[in-house]
Amino acid sequence: MASADGGAYSYSLTVFSPSGKLVQIEHALAAVAQGTTSLGIKATNGIVIATEKKSSSILIDDSVIEKVAIICPNIGIVYSGMGPDFRILVTKARKSAQAYWKIYGEYPPTRVLTQEIAGVMQQATQSGGVRPYGVSLLVAGWDNHRGPTLYQVDPSGSFWAWKASAIGKNMINAKTFLEKRYNDDISLEDAIHTALLTLKEGFEGQMTEKTIEIGVVTVPTPEELEQGNIGGETGRPKPAFRKLSEEEVRDYLAL
Amino acid sequence: MSIMSHNGGSVIAMVGKDCVAIASDLRLGNEAMGISSNFQRIFPVSDRIYLGLPGLATDVATLREKFRFRVNMYTIKEEREIKPETFAHLVSSTLYEHRFGPYFIEPVMAGISKTPTGGVKPFIAATDLIGCLNFAKDFVVAGTASDKLYGVAEGLWEPDLEPEDLFETISQTLLNAVDRDAFSGWGALVHVITKDKVITRTLKGRMD
Repeated sequence: MASADGGAYSYSLTVFSPSGKLVQIEHALAAVAQGTTSLGIKATNGIVIATEKKSSSILIDDSVIEKVAIICPNIGIVYSGMGPDFRILVTKARKSAQAYWKIYGEYPPTRVLTQEIAGVMQQATQSGGVRPYGVSLLVAGWDNHRGPTLYQVDPSGSFWAWKASAIGKNMINAKTFLEKRYNDDISLEDAIHTALLTLKEGFEGQMTEKTIEIGVVTVPTPEELEQGNIGGETGRPKPAFRKLSEEEVRDYLAL
Repeated sequence: MSIMSHNGGSVIAMVGKDCVAIASDLRLGNEAMGISSNFQRIFPVSDRIYLGLPGLATDVATLREKFRFRVNMYTIKEEREIKPETFAHLVSSTLYEHRFGPYFIEPVMAGISKTPTGGVKPFIAATDLIGCLNFAKDFVVAGTASDKLYGVAEGLWEPDLEPEDLFETISQTLLNAVDRDAFSGWGALVHVITKDKVITRTLKGRMD
């Protein structure tokens, strides 16, 4: 990237610069780095993903903003970057999960859904007339085959599996913090607290249940799986992924 | 004459104790004329899943390749073997894709799946030609002798049969049912799938 405006390779299509860079993708990553911090931590018995949701004005009704999205009962995602781009990806991911269900009678494993989303994001780096998605995602899910897994997907369409990761504004600091805090036998409860602590590091303003969103993956026990893991009232299988309610978030913040 | 019985042939699958069996006759015909007494219509899908395809012979070949393709793609993409339950849904959705111009096949599948606690669970299923699934706890039948197979199986099958007893039951059921059907018979092939091996035997049948 020679000049401040990105030079001759920043416009219309994603085109290789002579140095081998795709400048549009780097710009997309810059958009992600401006976005609010999100993070995910894998624990022994589950995963937590969390993000801050800051609104620019006190007049905004922030109860309607949703930054942690459920894709299917076993998978949820969170993003840093551009909200509108995220919503498109959520819709595509949900459709993909339902299409998978229509064929195989079960929801996709986390890795398969992640590959699917990554494919969509890669397409935007190679198609004409479009720009890359301005988001990085953290995909948290549980499946029979690999258990709980946490993936990060970038605008380029590349993805990695993490034990813990952070994206967005404070990702460097947050990752350093996580590296110090993480160990392999952390429990889900501890992971949630670590997640909140990490977010607090770079947080501007007050951390409340209104300015934080948390999603958790809980690993079903073998016994629960054997009996189909049926939930009480609905008679449906209990979802492995769920979002914490404002009350639950408040309780975690109080501790 | 129905296109479903153009080539003839029947398949049956049964559940035993920690094992399943699937069997088929070996006749290929052209209406009433016998063509071959060595026509295979049961194919392995994985080490522990077998698929029987009774119906129109041309569609037997087509579907066999189609499922080979789809299961291979699944195995590579998901980096795991397909479970019998998942495979049954794949069969169902594949057939329903052709709801208004169907393959003239009524698949029967048998396999053994692992339970989350490490046990084994026998699994059988069948669908009609547009993929309506039938998960049965005892036995499933399909093909030109299906009505006879139902009758004999109702009489002979009992729960928790050991592999050798299950082999005897499915063999007698099939041989005696196809003897009452002009479009099935001419020998039979039986697979008994257990936790650690598959027993395959070819049976002689009446040649009239």
